[in-house]
Amino acid sequence: MWKQLLPGLRLTLALTVLTGLAYPGIVTPLCQVLFPKQANGSLVSLHGKVVGSSLIGQNFSKPGYFHPRPSAAGSDGYDASASSGSNLGPTSQKLVDRVKASADQFRKENPGHTEPIPADILTASGSGLDPHISPAAALAQAARVAAARGVDVEQVKAVIDQTTEGRALGLLGEPRVNVLALNMAMDQKFPAAR
Amino acid sequence: MTTLGVLQILVFFTVILAVTKPLGVFMTRLFAGERTFLHPVLRPVEKLLYALGGVDEKEEQRWTKYTASLLSFSLFSFVVLYLLQRLQGVLPANPQGFSGAHAPGGATAMTPDLAFNTAVSFVTNTNWQSYVGETTLSYLVQMAGLTVQNFVSAAAGIAIAVAVIRGFARQQSSSLGNFWVDLVRGTLYLLLPLSLVGALFLCSQGVIQNLSPYTQVTTVEGKAQVLAQGPVASQEAIKMIGTNGGGFFNANSAHPFENPTPLTNFVQMLMIFIIPAGLTYTFGRMVGDTRQGWALFAAMSLLFFAGVFALYASEQAGNPVLAKLGIQTAATANQPGGNMEGKEVRFGIAATALFATITTDASCGAVNGMHDSFTPLGGLVPLFNLHLGEVIFGGVGAGLYGMLLFAIVAVFIAGLMVGRTPEYLGKKIESKEVKMAMLAMLATSAAILLFSGITAVIQFPKDAYWNGSYGPGVGNLNNSGPHGLAEILYAYSSGAANNGSAFAGISANTPWYNLTIGLAMLVGRFLMIIPLMAAAGSLAAKKRVPVTSGTFPTHGPLFVGLLAGTVVIVGALTFFPALSLTPIVEHFLMQQGRLF
Repeated sequence: MWKQLLPGLRLTLALTVLTGLAYPGIVTPLCQVLFPKQANGSLVSLHGKVVGSSLIGQNFSKPGYFHPRPSAAGSDGYDASASSGSNLGPTSQKLVDRVKASADQFRKENPGHTEPIPADILTASGSGLDPHISPAAALAQAARVAAARGVDVEQVKAVIDQTTEGRALGLLGEPRVNVLALNMAMDQKFPAAR
Repeated sequence: MTTLGVLQILVFFTVILAVTKPLGVFMTRLFAGERTFLHPVLRPVEKLLYALGGVDEKEEQRWTKYTASLLSFSLFSFVVLYLLQRLQGVLPANPQGFSGAHAPGGATAMTPDLAFNTAVSFVTNTNWQSYVGETTLSYLVQMAGLTVQNFVSAAAGIAIAVAVIRGFARQQSSSLGNFWVDLVRGTLYLLLPLSLVGALFLCSQGVIQNLSPYTQVTTVEGKAQVLAQGPVASQEAIKMIGTNGGGFFNANSAHPFENPTPLTNFVQMLMIFIIPAGLTYTFGRMVGDTRQGWALFAAMSLLFFAGVFALYASEQAGNPVLAKLGIQTAATANQPGGNMEGKEVRFGIAATALFATITTDASCGAVNGMHDSFTPLGGLVPLFNLHLGEVIFGGVGAGLYGMLLFAIVAVFIAGLMVGRTPEYLGKKIESKEVKMAMLAMLATSAAILLFSGITAVIQFPKDAYWNGSYGPGVGNLNNSGPHGLAEILYAYSSGAANNGSAFAGISANTPWYNLTIGLAMLVGRFLMIIPLMAAAGSLAAKKRVPVTSGTFPTHGPLFVGLLAGTVVIVGALTFFPALSLTPIVEHFLMQQGRLF
């Protein structure tokens, strides 16, 4: 019996060394050498200080910045050490109340936007860390941001346009705007404004 | 549905179709013991592993010994993973200090029941996430525990599939191959090289790969943000290729550090399906008639397309309750519309619907959006996929042997209709094979329905051991009404089907859920494999009967239809009552605007 079982133990240990230590032990230094920026989290710096990651969403609430989607990560949202969606189902009262509150706030902050509100800006993402909003959601906020910064709305729209990423290979995924990149571009182009 | 959305789905399928034959040929050669182009480099490592394991690679095993070898391997894998988790506080590569004296606030304790659940989960290729990666597990556990099981539980699944195919391919034989050899070859020549390439590609696109502590940053608006880090790319690659699906992070492949771009998303979906699709060709090759493999492929494709378009249409239609609040739910050129709750903008509706279909067609269970927030009919598709036994391409190995089980049932039904002893691939299907196939199906179905039923009514005192502060079994739910019941049904379906995805609102990290879902996973894995291997052993001993004019051909459209029909009918008959109480009734209530 024991003789039959023994290869199980010995191979478990041998394969642990191979796939659990040697494999990541080869991949980690390779990635660190070949793709150092990506391997360490695509960090973004401003004036020599790290302000976040270009892949991870962060909260913006001032009127002069574009706002991201609602987030269920952590207690205040955008907690990048506690990724999570809301996991509220379609018939959840909590979901409908939350979306309604977000919609009311959105209309209050962006009185110029009278059409239906883009779905993404009122819904929480799966990770709670979505760095993007749809171009429509950015355009819907353009007038507010322009007013807060005292610049022409067309100039703001031009920045949105430059920041918009298209579908991969013209096919995959959706067009999107990285909120951090957009806001940093705004700060760079119109630094005096708040 | 948008044109580009539909096109993404068709392009995905075309790529899978294109890799099926080359990968299938490679796997046929590999498991037949022939030399491959990787042998010059890897053959010495293979020999070393046999020496370390004390394995004679020439030995042939009967079905009993083959299965016993798998069981002993799974047992030791479980023990090692359990101990690694329980001891992580004193082991190295734990920069956050989880389970130690200086564990960060908000960290989850590694309790015995959580360690049991996670160990069973990874050994059975389920990869259900009762754990929250970034607040619970050290890097050592992620690498030497979870990543290892991602490899070997997948390789074990492929080994079982290959052994079952040998049961059909061999005649008057008492043996089905050697488990240790199949396990080592699958890991070494197939999973490792694919993962190595995959990990480097993913990292080049932004998936992180480091052993650093979490990064503290001050955001542009001056708030503190902590970025979780870790060796993600190496685990992410095998998580997909081995149809494992256990995320490094809580949000799984929705997390930008696991799946940063639409391109990585596309590649991850391909990674899930390539081996299961390739195995259909391997099957055809090994039984000496590739049409037999393409017939399975065709039946799987039919069910795949039905699922993905149902899911996509439902998610794109969105939630009528939210539409009434003045929300844009139709897709336009610059926003995706639809039901975006729980979805990422970079993927949108189509790529999330496709991912959700694939991950539950296979036994992967990785998610790039939260299934719990899908529309009722959108959520029905993944749930029903679990109930069909994940045979639509399916898990690596598990999908193929699951589909062969249905093939046995399908020819049995056909045989009943014409009053002839059924045959499949020249082997007479007799009472033993049918009994074993039924046993496997009943065991998993019973585990799902019984555990769900009990959990829906069971009462625990508040703050008692079994369910902590949640009290009764339904206290752990994040949603009320039919959707809450669906959370329970999904949890046990995911466990018994060895999937690992979730209606993740349910707070399942309590002793009751950890133990019962753990049991469901064990039933779903081993009460599937053991009867099936018994059937394979009996089939291998039989002589092939000659094809006559009365033989039912199993490579034509009639058989494809019969097989797909059998899968759907068995699943529907077993689970329709449960499903009508959950997503189906929820759909009608949502249409009426009823909320819970």
